[in-house]
Amino acid sequence: MSGSGEPNGAADDTTPNGAEGALPEELFAKGTEWLRGGGEAADVVLSSRARIARNLAGQLFVHRAAPTDLRLVLEACRDVLTAANLGTQSTWVNLHESPAFERSLLLERHLVSAHFAKGKLGTDRKSNDWPRAVAFGLPDERCAVMVNEEDHLRLQVIRSGLALRDAWAEADAIDDRIESGLDYAFSPRLGYLTACPTNVGTGVRFSVMLHLPGLRMAGEIDKVKHAAADMSLAVRGFYGEGSEAFGDFYQLSNQTTLGKSEEQLLGELNDKILPEVIEYERQSRQRLLEKRRWQLEDTVHRAIGVLRHARLLGVEETMKLISVVRLGVCLEVCSGLDTAGLHRLMLLVQPTHLQQAVGKSLGQDERKRERARVVRERCAAM
Amino acid sequence: MASYTLSSVNCDRCDSEATVHEVTISDGQVLEIHLCEVCAQETGIVSSSPAPVEEILKKIAAGKVSAESAPASPACPACKTTFSQFKQSGRLGCPECYTAMAQQLGPILDRAHQGAVHHVGKVPKRMMAQGGDAPGLVDREIALAAAEARAEQIRRLRADLASAVHAEQYEQAAQIRDRLQSLQRGGTSGQSSELGPTEGSS
Repeated sequence: MSGSGEPNGAADDTTPNGAEGALPEELFAKGTEWLRGGGEAADVVLSSRARIARNLAGQLFVHRAAPTDLRLVLEACRDVLTAANLGTQSTWVNLHESPAFERSLLLERHLVSAHFAKGKLGTDRKSNDWPRAVAFGLPDERCAVMVNEEDHLRLQVIRSGLALRDAWAEADAIDDRIESGLDYAFSPRLGYLTACPTNVGTGVRFSVMLHLPGLRMAGEIDKVKHAAADMSLAVRGFYGEGSEAFGDFYQLSNQTTLGKSEEQLLGELNDKILPEVIEYERQSRQRLLEKRRWQLEDTVHRAIGVLRHARLLGVEETMKLISVVRLGVCLEVCSGLDTAGLHRLMLLVQPTHLQQAVGKSLGQDERKRERARVVRERCAAM
Repeated sequence: MASYTLSSVNCDRCDSEATVHEVTISDGQVLEIHLCEVCAQETGIVSSSPAPVEEILKKIAAGKVSAESAPASPACPACKTTFSQFKQSGRLGCPECYTAMAQQLGPILDRAHQGAVHHVGKVPKRMMAQGGDAPGLVDREIALAAAEARAEQIRRLRADLASAVHAEQYEQAAQIRDRLQSLQRGGTSGQSSELGPTEGSS
């Protein structure tokens, strides 16, 4: 994660100019499922995600395989994934043939991981352009499968709000459809075999994107982090592994994958731990309202003022401001703004999406200027 | 020849408890040898290990021996990845590595998964079809364990069969062949308690 708060793959050389991209036009017209802003406990939980890691039986793991082997994996997966109903339509993008800006767009939309977008898998893979692809469903992009990431298949299903059970049910069904066409590497004793032993077993990681400004303002965010660590949960930033939390957005996920069934994990995370975290955050917000209402209102309205009038905005600052305003919207201390609009803005201000919207490559200072302009226009329209 | 576990049998050469048992069937004659570890080494039936793997791993864990100075662990037969390579990259080379490096991976899995050693949860439908046909077993975990045990038995019997043929012990080979065929038809080998799955197989 860079100090600017930009996702790992978003480099300065990413440009929409002259690229022969294969991404569908409608990708930029609509928000993604993870930013829809609805569902259970949406005031605290932006989105829920079920991720499944799978490998093909009898094949070398990705980092050990030759490019020719990886091409065969891509070919084997392509037909199966096309028929796996990832959405009303599905799209396939070969990342090794994609321009950098396109890969960065996919990263900012949470459709691929940072090192998958960047092309750096590990120390022992010399080529940065090994055959790899992502398949995802349209129009809401809630189902996506990375092929030849760390594992042959990395399937994710994202839902708005607290909906890990729904996300798992859909991921499970897609996994069944994929398995009907491909043989998975599986051991009765160790479960689904993955390139890294930390994923072996179910190969499943459940995660939620939480917005915890109340706990941060109350100075209790470290308590949550320590409690999470005690329960073997990982706390990560907005762009997952290796990224920092900014704007009070945190990803919380299970770390162990062996010895507990998917149902047990869901029971712990979805039914026990998360309701407590959500309640804890809501209580903190309520205390802010009761004891520091004027300070809170002042902070929220100052943030709105900056978003509506600033002439230069960095991505990290913008995310922090959006976070504060989102808190104000949830606590109804401001009017005329809505969480769905703020979520769309969170995506639009990311470096590559910003350049895509403007239609040209921008330097860092130009990006700040354009970001401020886009934010002003959007906030005025909200 | 077949080796199996017996209890409370004394060594043929001294009065110590026998820990090594060898059964040989030759020309229809069954020959049993029971020896303690010392006598077994003296007679050459087993050789003492000059550097037990567990000891080396313990020393590595305690920082007394660097990974480089330890004898290289055998590479995975399928992809040639070694444990040292795994430690560098954090990734295994292929699904077979889990079997080939079972011993070395044990502590790592233990740490990563809070002591859990057995998968619980979803199973591929194809695997369920293989494991679920054991008569009278409704619990899928038991069915899976049965499928795993059977697969392991088949692997061992095939190895025994090859050894018997190589040693020209044709009567024994015929017995193993019959058990193998019975097992492959879905029956039991008749020695399931002795030939259960080993820790580390997958």
